[in-house]
Amino acid sequence: MSATTDAQSLEPAAVRRRWRPRIDGRKRTSNWLSRVFFLATVSAVALLVLLLGVLFYRGWDWLSLDLLTQQYSRNAEGSGFQAAILGSIWLVAGAGILSFVIGVGTAIFLEEYAPRGPLTNFLQTNISNLSGVPSVVYGLLGLALFVEFMNIGRVLLAGALTMGLLILPIVIIASQEAIRNVPLGLRQAAYGVGATRWQVVRHHVLPAAMPGILTGTILAVSRAIGETAPLIVVGASAIIFRNPSGFFSDYTAMPVQIYQWTARPQEEFKDLAAAAIIVLMIVLLSMNGIAIYLRQRLGKDRW
Amino acid sequence: MSTDTQERTSPGRSNSVIKDGGEFDTSDTIIQLRDLNIHYGSFHAVADVSLDVPRNRITAFIGPSGCGKSTVLRCINRMNDLVPSARVDGSIVYSGVEINTPKVDPVEVRRRIGMVFQKPNPFPKSIYENVAWGAKINGYRGDMDEHVERCLRQAALWDEVKDKLKESGMALSGGQQQRLCIARALATEPDVILLDEPASALDPISTLKIEELLRELEANYTIVIVTHNMQQAARVSDQTVFYSLNERRQGVLVESGTTAKIFTNPDDQRTEDYITGRFG
Repeated sequence: MSATTDAQSLEPAAVRRRWRPRIDGRKRTSNWLSRVFFLATVSAVALLVLLLGVLFYRGWDWLSLDLLTQQYSRNAEGSGFQAAILGSIWLVAGAGILSFVIGVGTAIFLEEYAPRGPLTNFLQTNISNLSGVPSVVYGLLGLALFVEFMNIGRVLLAGALTMGLLILPIVIIASQEAIRNVPLGLRQAAYGVGATRWQVVRHHVLPAAMPGILTGTILAVSRAIGETAPLIVVGASAIIFRNPSGFFSDYTAMPVQIYQWTARPQEEFKDLAAAAIIVLMIVLLSMNGIAIYLRQRLGKDRW
Repeated sequence: MSTDTQERTSPGRSNSVIKDGGEFDTSDTIIQLRDLNIHYGSFHAVADVSLDVPRNRITAFIGPSGCGKSTVLRCINRMNDLVPSARVDGSIVYSGVEINTPKVDPVEVRRRIGMVFQKPNPFPKSIYENVAWGAKINGYRGDMDEHVERCLRQAALWDEVKDKLKESGMALSGGQQQRLCIARALATEPDVILLDEPASALDPISTLKIEELLRELEANYTIVIVTHNMQQAARVSDQTVFYSLNERRQGVLVESGTTAKIFTNPDDQRTEDYITGRFG
């Protein structure tokens, strides 16, 4: 055995003969692909920047406090959509409470109580499918069930209930995910000192899962805030001059108002719509910000 | 450490209950396993285990990985009820009562038979709450502060944590966390404490502390410990139970007896091979 090694290799010649490492070729592939992935990222961000650019270009001059304080008017100048902003807040509050209560309850049942079996699988599959149903279908359901069958009428409550149903599957799935991520060790520890199922859920599983549940709910709600189609179906008014006075009043919502403005022939209403979209986006971003804050804040002291 | 021996009576450490031949006197048995068979789905994990656990003694389960020692341990306080696919057949008699039956509520069983797990798993709550919670949910009516202090003292943790009871149990070191878990198990005033490899995630010093602690607790509690560490079994236990796998890959109980006998003069060749390091 000679100890000589090739100057360019770390291995003895006898070992090297059995291998063909192609290091240059492998590195080329790797570098090339990293450029492709970078390009994909850039194009995604670029589209977003373009979108924001157009919005701000068209809407900037129209962005004023009038938007927040004034109501719908025939002239774009001085027109606002306070009723729509308040309508959206009412809708989102109602939908959020409804979907949180029913959604978390369902998630607890499916994860902690329901026996594994064909029935549970069937429920699970259907919940996943429901989250993929187009939102206008929920609008039709809301129209048939709440507005007509339950005879609530074309009022805010019907819109809130419809929105609640729309985001319910998302809340259920997010809550299930959060509950499933609670470590088994925590459950075992609690059962081990003689806790009942509910005591384990109430004192350990839910507090540990709450950041995830709240994040999921807020993200679902911020989806609801941008929905237009189901609201039009269940009867949100496009033209309204008063703020909503409660769950049984006439109402409109931000995206409905924006849609109405963009459909007007006058250019200035389209610019006004761009300004309104900026307001809508600020609301959305702050809701996402709250979700992130809650996740960080509540998630501090954990296993 | 003698802050609290309560009204429990210690049988002492006399050898009078040990009969010749390395067996414990069956009249002082607290848990009796008979013909225990455990299935996970279609997998027959443990076959025909019968065993007597003597009161106020430390029983160690040893054996190679996957031989069912933890599985048997988890039957004793019905923890396998939480595994949907698990089925436990056979008889588990605790203090004269059959507990492996749907008629007995596992919640009540677990209060009397506490458990400490392999990985320290304190609740993400304060040290105080970690101990108090089990007592609270089970309706403890005495002075809670006193109770928490008593449990922490029994777990040899009081001096280290008495000034930071409000701090999170997660902030303690691994060894302290495991002693906190022992204190938590003591808080429901159980008769029996099951420990599933309690020291396997700990450093040698912390391990030694846990072992010393078990020796102190023995006066008031019956202890069953699963361990991978044979020296630990030899150091800490009175009775040793050796499990292994049979030719059908089922966990079986090979031999049980006083620790002295199992480690010096086992009856079964497989036991001897295992403890001398020729197998496993």
